[in-house]
Amino acid sequence: MNFIKYSNIYFILSGTLILFSIVFLFVFGLKLGIDFTGGSIMEIEFEKERPKITELRSDIKKSIKNSDFTLQESGSKGIILRKNTISEKDHKKIVEAFGGKEKIVEKRFEAIGPIIGSELKKDTIFSLFFGFIFITFYVAIVFRRVSRPVPSWQYGIAALVALFHDILITCGIFAVFGHFWGMEVNVPFAAALLTILGYSINDSIVVFDRCRENLIRSKKEFNEILNNSLKQILARSLFTSITTLIVLFALYFFGGETISAFILTMIIGIILGTYSSIFVATPLLYKFARR
Amino acid sequence: MGTKNLILLGCILILTLLGGLFILPGRLADEIGIETPEFLKKEYKLGLDLQGGIHLLYQADLSKIKEEEREDAMNGLRDVIERRVDFFGVEEPLVQVQNMGDDKYRLIVELAGVIDPDEAVDMIGETPYLDFREEMPEKEKKQILDMMPEETIGQMIKNIKKETGEKVEKKDLPKYFPMYNPTKLTGEYFKRARLEFDQTTMSPYIGIEFNKKGSKIFEELTEKNIDKQIAIYIDNQLISAPVVQEKITGGKAQITGQFTVEEAKALSRNLNAGALPVQIEIISQQNVGPSLGEESIEKSLVAGLAGIVLILLFMILIYRFSGLLAAFSLLIYAIILLSLFKLIPVTLTLSGIAGFILSLGMAVDANILVFERLREEKKGVGNIYYAINNAFFRAWTAIRDGNLTTLIICVILFFIASGFVQGFALTLGVGIIVSMFTVMVVMKFFMKIFGATKLGKYNKIWTR
Repeated sequence: MNFIKYSNIYFILSGTLILFSIVFLFVFGLKLGIDFTGGSIMEIEFEKERPKITELRSDIKKSIKNSDFTLQESGSKGIILRKNTISEKDHKKIVEAFGGKEKIVEKRFEAIGPIIGSELKKDTIFSLFFGFIFITFYVAIVFRRVSRPVPSWQYGIAALVALFHDILITCGIFAVFGHFWGMEVNVPFAAALLTILGYSINDSIVVFDRCRENLIRSKKEFNEILNNSLKQILARSLFTSITTLIVLFALYFFGGETISAFILTMIIGIILGTYSSIFVATPLLYKFARR
Repeated sequence: MGTKNLILLGCILILTLLGGLFILPGRLADEIGIETPEFLKKEYKLGLDLQGGIHLLYQADLSKIKEEEREDAMNGLRDVIERRVDFFGVEEPLVQVQNMGDDKYRLIVELAGVIDPDEAVDMIGETPYLDFREEMPEKEKKQILDMMPEETIGQMIKNIKKETGEKVEKKDLPKYFPMYNPTKLTGEYFKRARLEFDQTTMSPYIGIEFNKKGSKIFEELTEKNIDKQIAIYIDNQLISAPVVQEKITGGKAQITGQFTVEEAKALSRNLNAGALPVQIEIISQQNVGPSLGEESIEKSLVAGLAGIVLILLFMILIYRFSGLLAAFSLLIYAIILLSLFKLIPVTLTLSGIAGFILSLGMAVDANILVFERLREEKKGVGNIYYAINNAFFRAWTAIRDGNLTTLIICVILFFIASGFVQGFALTLGVGIIVSMFTVMVVMKFFMKIFGATKLGKYNKIWTR
C-alpha cells in the first residue's frame, strides 16, 4: 500500500468537499438556533390527544397580541412553538389557553435574550481561536527534535489544516441539513465542534508521533518513512475510531432526542478526523518537504 | 509474582470494590440490600437538564447606583433573592452574581426540581420592599392571643419551653412573640445604611440615614416608641428589631448590638437592597420539565452502558488476554472517575456525560496504542514480559501528546465558555487525567505482573 503516492487524489477529494462546504455555508448558511440568535421555544405535550394544529394556532392568536410564530408537531402528542420573544406573561397565557382544553405537560420553555446569543457566538469563536494557537505552539515544541526535512512548526500547520478540513466539512454538512431538514445548530453543536477539534488533533498527533519516531530511527527517504508510519498506525486509527463510533452510535440510536444532534455532529466529525489524519495531514507534510 | 506485588494487587482490588460501592447511587445500594456506611452516602449532583428545573438569568440595571456601591448593591440583591427562593424549599438553590466587567452585573438563579416557573419568575422579579414597623400595643396583642385557639397557644408555650427551658404562661407570650404594626416609614424614605465602627470599642454598628421627609417620620416614630422595638422588614420578613433608646432627630441613627463584622455587613447590605432597589430584567429563561430530564438521563445511561459493554467485548475479541486486562482497568477507570464526580463534586449534565464518554474513548485509544505496539514488540521475543516495558515506553509519547492537546482545549473551554460547554470541558479534562493514570500506572502494573507469570510464555494469547 502506498498512501503518499496518491496524495493528489486525496487533495482533490478533500478540496472538492471543502469547496462545496464553503459554498453551502455561504449560500444556505448554518441555521442558527435560539441559543445563538436569541428567541423563545416552548415544548408542550398533551396527555391524551393532540388537538389540530390549526386549532391551536388560532388559540395562540387569540391569547397573545404579537402573533408572529411557528408551530410544529413533535412526536405523537407534542407541539413545539417558536417565536422571537415570549414574555413571561404571554407564556402564562399560552399555557392557560392550552391547559383549558386538555391536560398538558410543559416539557420545556426557553426564552433567550439576544445578548446571550451573541455572547455565546463570541465565546465559541474565541475558544476555537485560542485552541488553534495553543495547539500549534504545543506541536511545534514537542516536535522540535525532528526539524528536518520539515521544520517542526509545520507539523502544527499540517495538523491545523486537517482540523479546518474536519470542522469546515462538518459545518458544510450541517448547512445542508439546516436548509433541507430544518436542523438547527445550538450550544450542543458548538460543544461537538470543540470535541472534533480535540479528536482531530489527537489523531493527527498520533500519526505524526510515529513519523517522528521513524525519522529519528531510520535514514530512509521522507516519503517512505511517512508511508511506513501510516501503515504502522493504520490499525490503531481504525480500531480507535470504531470503538468511539460504537459508543456514539449507541447514544445516537438509543440516547433520546435531546442529544441526537450533538452525537450526530460528533459522528461526522470523528469519521472526518480519522480520514484527515491519514489522508490530509500526512500527505501535506510530504508536500511541505518537497517545496 | 512477588509478595509486594501481591499486596499491591490486593489493595487495588479492595479499593475497586469500595469505589464500586461508593459510585452506586444510594438508593440502588439500599435496594440491593447493601448497608451503606455513612461516609459513602453521597449523591451525585445532577444538572438542571437531568433533573428538571429552571434557569433564570437577569441583567441588573445599576445606573441609579453610585459606582463604588454597585458590588454591594448586587450582593444585597442576592441576599434578598436567596431569601425569596428559600420559600420554594428546593435543595441547594443557586443564586449567583456574575460580574461581566465594565460595571455590568448579572444574576443567575437556578432552581432544581418540580416548581411552578411562573410563580418563581414573578417572585424573583419583584423589587425588594423595605418597611419599618412598630410594636403593637399590649391591648392589641392580647386581643390577637385571645382569638387564637387554645391548642395553638398550648403548642406555642411548649415550643418556648423546649427552646429556652423557661416556663411561660399565656400572659407572658407577647414577650416571646413580638408582633408589629406597619408604619408610614418605608424604603422610599430611606437613604442609605453603612457599616461603621465604634471609635473606642471598635465594635461594628450600622449607621442609617433617612431623607428629609423620612427624618420627620422617623422622629415621630422614635418619640412614640422609646424603649420599644422598631422592626425592620424586607419582603415582609423580619430582618432586625433594634430597641429605640431616645428620640432621634436629623434622620441619622445607629443600630448597635452584638454583631460580628460579617453580620453587620449583611444587615447594612440588606437595608440598602431595600432602599436602593436594583432593577433586574430577565434576559434568559430555561425551564426543563422533569419528564424530559428523566427520559433523557435514562436513555443516555442505557445507551452509554450498552456502548461501554460493546467496547469491552471488542477489546477482548481483538486483543485477547490484554483486552481482558484492559477491560478490567477500564472498569477501575470508570470507578475512579465516577467517585471523583461525586467527591469534587462535578455537576452532571448531558454535556458532562458526553465529555465522560469521550474521555472513555481516549482511554480506550491509549490502550489500543499500547497493544498495537505490543504486537510489534513481541515479534522476536519469546516471552511477552520483555516486550511490555518497550510497548509502554514507545506508546507513551503518542498518548502524552494526544492527551495533553485535548487537555489544553479543556482548560481553554473551561475558562472561556460557560454552562453547557464548561460542564463538557470539566468532565473531559478530569477524565483525561484519570485515563492517563489508569493506562500508564494501573494497566502497566497488571500487564507486568501477569506477564511475569507462566502466561508470559504464551506469546500468542496477548494480542491479535
